[in-house]
Formats: sequence, C-alpha cells, structure tokens
Amino acid sequence: MTGPQTRVVRFAVNGRPVQVTTEVRTLVSDLLRHDLELTGTHVGCEHGACGACTVLVDGAPMRSCLMLAPQVDGRDVRTVEGLAVGGDLDALQEAFRSEHGLQCGFCTPGILMTLTGEREAGRTVEDALAALPGHLCRCTGYVNVRAAVRRAWSQLEGS
Amino acid sequence: MKPPPFRYHDPRTVEEALGLLAEHGDEARLLAGGQSLVPLLNLRRVRPRVLIDLNRVEGLDGVDAGAGVVRTGALARAVGVERAPAVASALPVLPEALLHVAYPQVRTRTTIGGNVAHADPAAELPAVLAAVGGDVRLRSAGGQRTLGWSAFFSGRHRTACRPDEMVVAVDFPVAEGFAYTFSELTPKLGSFAIVGACVGLSRSGDEVTGARIALCGVADTPVRLQAAEQRLTGGAVDAAALEDVRALVAGAIDPPGDLHAPGGYRSHVAGVLVVRGLRRLWGAPA
Ligand SMILES: Cc1cc2nc3c(=O)[nH]c(=O)nc-3n(C[C@@H](O)[C@H](O)[C@H](O)COP(=O)(O)OP(=O)(O)OC[C@H]3O[C@@H](n4cnc5c(N)ncnc54)[C@H](O)[C@@H]3O)c2cc1C
Ligand code: FES
Ligand code: FES
Repeated sequence: MTGPQTRVVRFAVNGRPVQVTTEVRTLVSDLLRHDLELTGTHVGCEHGACGACTVLVDGAPMRSCLMLAPQVDGRDVRTVEGLAVGGDLDALQEAFRSEHGLQCGFCTPGILMTLTGEREAGRTVEDALAALPGHLCRCTGYVNVRAAVRRAWSQLEGS
Repeated sequence: MKPPPFRYHDPRTVEEALGLLAEHGDEARLLAGGQSLVPLLNLRRVRPRVLIDLNRVEGLDGVDAGAGVVRTGALARAVGVERAPAVASALPVLPEALLHVAYPQVRTRTTIGGNVAHADPAAELPAVLAAVGGDVRLRSAGGQRTLGWSAFFSGRHRTACRPDEMVVAVDFPVAEGFAYTFSELTPKLGSFAIVGACVGLSRSGDEVTGARIALCGVADTPVRLQAAEQRLTGGAVDAAALEDVRALVAGAIDPPGDLHAPGGYRSHVAGVLVVRGLRRLWGAPA
C-alpha cells in the first residue's frame, strides 16, 4: 500500500449532487461534517449507541458513524439541514418546538431524521415511538419528545 | 475514534468476493451491515489490512419463506426480514426476536449473515437458530458446505467459518405444528440480552409432542436444553413439569458472571424466561 487509499464519492445531499475525494476509511458522519460542512449531523459515541449521527440513506434511517464514505456513492443522503425549506421549520420541527421536545438539541437532528424516515414510510405513531430508544437524550427525559411525536402524527392524520 | 487504514474492495459478485477472500485470507475482513465491525474499527479493536465490503454484491439479500424453511440471504437486512409478511406467517418468532436486536435505525443495516457470523454470546438470532435447528450455508472459492447451528457456533465470537469462507445464507426450518416464542431480560429495549430464551412446543390435545428450548447469554454459544425438552415431551405443561423444567434449566447451565449480571442471577432468569415461554405457548394457567 502506498499512501492512504482514496475514492471519488458522488452522491446527493438534501437533493444537491456532490462529489468528494476522500480516504476510503472516512466515516459518513465526518464526510458530512468536515468535507461538506453540514454540522447539523452530530457525533456522540461513534459506535452506534447514541443515535446523534442518524441520517436518511435512500429514505431509511442509518447511523452515519457506522458507514464508510464509499458506501454512499450513488445514494441519496438527507440530513437535518434539508428539513426547513427556505428557513421555515417543517411540520415535525414545529411539533418539537410546540411541545418543547428539546433542550440542548444535541440529540435532536438524529431524532428528526429517524422520525422523518418513519413518516415518509407511512409508519404508525406506535412505530415512531418504538424507534425512540435508538436515540439517547440526556435532557428531556423523553416525555416532551413523545408528545412532539404524537402531535406530529395527529396532524398527519388530521390533514 | 476513527478506523485505522485498510485496503478497501467493494466487489459486485459473490465469486469476486470469494476470490478476494482466497487471496487475502485472515488478513481480510468481510464488511456486511457494519453495525458490529465498524464500532470495532472505530475503537481500533481490530485492524484488518483488507476490508471486503459485501454491500454491493448482487443476489445475497433474498428472503424466501417456502417449502418448510425460511431462507435468508447473508445480506438480508434485519428490517426486511422482520417486516416480510411471508416470514411473519411462516415463522413469527423470527420477527419477534429481531425486534430485540438493537434499534430500528441499526436494523436497517444489520444483516442476518453478519449477525450469525459475529456470534455474540448474547445475540438473539443464534438462539432462535438453535431452537429451530437451523443451518448456515458457507461458500469459498473451492466449494460450499452447510453446517448445522451447533457445528457453526464454536465459541465466543467464534464460528467454524474459515478465513477463506463466507456465509451466503441462513436456513430457519419451519417444523409442522410447532409454535415458538422469544423473550429476554435486558436493561433497555434494544440492548444485548442479559439472558434470552426461545421456546417451542408442538402438542396434540393435552400432550406435548415436541419441545425445543434454546438460550442466549448463558454460555459462549447458544445452548439447547435437551433434558428439559425430554421432560416435557409426552406430558402436559403442568405445575410439576414446570418445577422440573426450572431445575433442569439450572442444572444444564453454568453462566459466567460479568459486569452486566452475576452468573447465579443469569441462571435464575433463564429458568423464569423458559417457564414463562412455556406458559404462554400452553395457554392454560399452569
Ligand atoms: C447500538 C447497537 C446495539 C446492538 N444490539 C444488538 C442486540 O441487542 N443483539 C444483537 O444480536 N446484535 C446487536 N447489535 C449488533 C448487530 O446490530 C450487528 O449488526 C450484528 O451483530 C452484525 O451484523 P452486521 O451485518 O452489522 O455485520 P458486520 O458488523 O458487518 O460484521 C460482523 C462480523 O461478521 C463478519 N461477517 C459479516 N458478514 C459475513 C458473512 N457473510 N460471512 C462471514 N462473515 C461475515 C464480519 O467480518 C465481522 O467479523 C447492536 C449493534 C449496535 C450498534
Ligand atoms: S455517533 Fe453515531 S450513534 Fe453515536
Ligand atoms: S435535548 Fe439535550 S440531549 Fe436531547
């Protein structure tokens, strides 16, 4: 091996095509944060436990800290930066604001991406609540997070 | 932390992957869902020279529930198996157990092949495989073989899969008339089990015609409890049988203690989970 192995990785981030040349061992979380300066995706544990780094890959929530850069080549990646269009919070974010579903906000981007995936896949409010154990939140005690999920899903049903 | 450097390959076919394995052998690691291997890389607990990423290999992700067996390709994701209607009707214990494996956001990548190959002593799926008497299908550049679960799991994070081999499929047989249930004790839904139990019964009226009991979290590999199975067969699941089963479970295992739980506690919980599973399957209050 002569020098670190690199790859050209082409993929879509929040609908925008990007191309990055990076080491093959680069974690997708670092690709997003360092190469693309999308620091809304947070990094807590880097071993899959905390959920702060969760993003959508082809619509499914995944830990970006457990994926390597070449694995998103050709894929559609979505991060928390893609939720508020033109600066207006989307319905899910509004529900979190209304219910005070966050305090420090460290866990919030990951939770929002999981829930966005659940909503778009047509999953039930029970499914969405059952996905919350995949996120560690040190502030809220989850009570208001669960209230935000219920609000968001009831608006969905009402609309 | 970040992964140490490695040479990365992402083959498109099984043959290509097997060729790379033959070439690099024990210097290489297969990367499937990465939900166990990437944490180990990030923590630098493993430093393979070569990483063979299976995620772009075609034809390994099938899930086929028919003809008396649920066959999952090695690359089948846990979410796909857990949400497949055909699996839920053929072998409902599979989705039941998979709900205990990590979190939905981790199961989107977790593969069935990677999960059994990782052979964690506390992992749920190996116990299900043991209970149903399943097989693991392996391939190398030189050939293929099928191992029963007990030959496959050889120790803590150890299997009979050679460095030049890979798991290509996992077979969960569907035995006529058997119903199974899975339960576990865990500090938090989604964490590894402290102890997990997969229990199966077939019956004819008030008589047990077959029993299958497997545990995870009590030894280096999944364990089948034959003495307890034999005690149940031919009789009813009544109070006397359950008392005997509890003693036979405790007698058959000698779980090690660790920071999660002392051995004696694990042993007690194993008995409780098995008895609860039997009650649930039998229906009547016993
Ligand atoms: C937060 C968290 C919680 C978890 N909780 C649980 C839990 O409760 N229960 C549980 O069972 N698991 C749990 N896991 C681990 C589980 O999700 C893993 O995905 C699984 O153990 C490994 O599967 P994988 O496809 O991710 O394999 P990888 O991580 O890619 O690989 C694991 C090992 O298997 C080898 N391997 C992979 N595929 C093959 C193959 N086809 N043939 C031969 N060898 C192969 C790899 O080389 C590696 O050594 C958890 C993981 C996380 C991050
Ligand atoms: S940083 Fe990825 S799960 Fe914690
Ligand atoms: S709001 Fe602070 S960790 Fe969740």
